[in-house]
Amino acid sequence: MKTLLIGEYREGKLLESTYELLSFAAQLNADTAMLLVGSESQLPAYAGTLYLADIATCGEYNPDLHKKLILDAVQKENPDCIVFLHSSYGWDLAPRVAAALKAAQISEVIANLDGGFEVGCCNAKMRRTVKSTTARTVITIQAGAFPVLQPGGSPAVQKLTADSSGNLEFIGYEPAEKKDVDLAKAEVIVTAGRGIGKKDNVPVIQALARALGGELGASRPVVDAGWVEHSHQVGTTGQTVSPKLYIACGVSGAIQHLAGMKKSDFIIAINKDKDAPIGEVADVLVVADVMQFVPALTAKVAK
Amino acid sequence: MKLLVCIKQVPDLESRFKPDATGTWFSETDLAFRMNEYDEYAVEQAVRLREQLGDSCELTVLSIGPDRVVEAIKKALAMGCDNAAHIQDNAASSKDPWQIAATIAAYAKDKGFDIIFTGMQSQDRGSAQVGVTVAELLGIACTTTIVGFACDSGTITAKRELEGGIKGVVKLKTPALVTCQLGLNVPRYPTLPNIMKAKKKEIIAIPVGDLLKEEALAITASFHPPAKKGGGIVLEGDVADLVEKVIAILKDKTAVLR
Ligand SMILES: Cc1cc2nc3c(=O)[nH]c(=O)nc-3n(C[C@H](O)[C@H](O)[C@H](O)COP(=O)(O)OP(=O)(O)OC[C@H]3O[C@@H](n4cnc5c(N)ncnc54)[C@H](O)[C@@H]3O)c2cc1C
Ligand SMILES: Nc1ncnc2c1ncn2[C@@H]1O[C@H](COP(=O)(O)O)[C@@H](O)[C@H]1O
Repeated sequence: MKTLLIGEYREGKLLESTYELLSFAAQLNADTAMLLVGSESQLPAYAGTLYLADIATCGEYNPDLHKKLILDAVQKENPDCIVFLHSSYGWDLAPRVAAALKAAQISEVIANLDGGFEVGCCNAKMRRTVKSTTARTVITIQAGAFPVLQPGGSPAVQKLTADSSGNLEFIGYEPAEKKDVDLAKAEVIVTAGRGIGKKDNVPVIQALARALGGELGASRPVVDAGWVEHSHQVGTTGQTVSPKLYIACGVSGAIQHLAGMKKSDFIIAINKDKDAPIGEVADVLVVADVMQFVPALTAKVAK
Repeated sequence: MKLLVCIKQVPDLESRFKPDATGTWFSETDLAFRMNEYDEYAVEQAVRLREQLGDSCELTVLSIGPDRVVEAIKKALAMGCDNAAHIQDNAASSKDPWQIAATIAAYAKDKGFDIIFTGMQSQDRGSAQVGVTVAELLGIACTTTIVGFACDSGTITAKRELEGGIKGVVKLKTPALVTCQLGLNVPRYPTLPNIMKAKKKEIIAIPVGDLLKEEALAITASFHPPAKKGGGIVLEGDVADLVEKVIAILKDKTAVLR
């Protein structure tokens, strides 16, 4: 088995997630080569073949050009699997490579099993095992599903270049919105999820946060609906937190939310659904209606 | 301008899922279906552009699936799409993303759509492949996970959402396809008059066999619940009891309450 791993670079830096790809390949016991659109001043600590294209000429987001570079490396390496991270870079580029090769794509892999690759479905509540029927397979792996593996050493660099007329122009980055709360400093976070039902119920969750001397957190739909400001959002596109106590109220536990809070010391989840995936990371899952349970708990805590 | 928006109907995700007889997908018994959340943002953005451009613009909504998907199509029509294509496929759930994309591309091929909107992913399958693959099959420009969209005389300016809330600003020339992320806009609720008006709008039915000529590239071997891990405790019962138990746990296991 041979894999071609596609590393990632953002705003001039090699992303640490690149090492998750190496750990995935190690689990497969596969020979590896890596491709990176990056710079010679920041190479991954790995002693294999590295196809390197220059970030200054190829750009950080230029899918058509990056696709051509990958197809060139595929020609040279003849890999069985081409592996990306399931990230804003990977899910954008992987289907382009798969379509060009007419190869099966398996998205957001969390484990490799005998019968194929395991992926989540139905909002992380269920799993599927998926098999490829094509000679090559394009894979994206779930962020965080495979541990970071830093083998050390330095790569044997082979330079690549490509041309693209490109039908898309990358203008630049816009920074994340400014934060008015620094959730990373909070010892207690009480998070409102969509299960609170409506904006009018936000103060009920806020009251528990206050009673415990903590801050209000929010899941993404609560922010998107304008119930709570973005600075309170926990998750991959919000903040990553690890308080002493995290209380999730009406949060289902989607992977992008878990990624932002699963390192909390102690997690309590309140959910009416006993099967909600938040149960997988919670120390305590309270099966109850959040609007009945939370006010009752706040009253007791306040005493 | 001609616009297309692709929508999928998915089960309510607060339901309980059980494998069906084949063991490769869920049983539909007792499930309620609705429009994929990501696709609601796609429909809203398409409708806003349709309104901005006025009557020189035509917006088609497309969905592949069994007859139940007509409900989702009707919602999109009531939100402001002009007409619809229902690609009839009772076995849509067993198609892989490649086949779904090939079907959409075969439909769109000679129709000259200037902009195609899709969701970034479906909530039940979540492959995040169909949109990008359609664009590749049609050979048009594409960008993904957009949280900002503007279109001015054939140029789209889109904002892609990246990890940590950073955004990447991208310009694309039409024809182009964009995949829509949560929070792109605030999807409207169809009003009663618009629901009535939508009843008169045309829904063309096309058998999937007329469009799809491709075999699956990936196959599902099994559909199953996660292996239970995590030794957390589950508390159930009367609210007053639950509160007592949680207070005891807070005192015992955390330094938050004394
Ligand atoms: C690229 C990308 C990035 C993302 N980034 C983030 C991010 O940073 N943060 C984030 O949170 N999400 C993020 N998401 C969205 C994520 O996938 C989920 O859609 C989101 O986390 C769901 O939020 P939720 O749990 O509040 O809502 P839902 O999934 O709708 O869950 C609501 C829960 O409340 C429960 N419930 C309902 N009513 C009650 C009641 N009365 N009492 C008790 N429980 C009740 C339900 O059983 C359910 O489990 C991202 C998605 C993508 C694709
Ligand atoms: N059966 C379908 N009918 C129409 N559009 C679909 C269908 N399946 C997926 N799509 C579109 O493709 C997007 C991505 O789906 P997926 O690749 O399954 O995550 C969805 O948000 C829809 O816009």
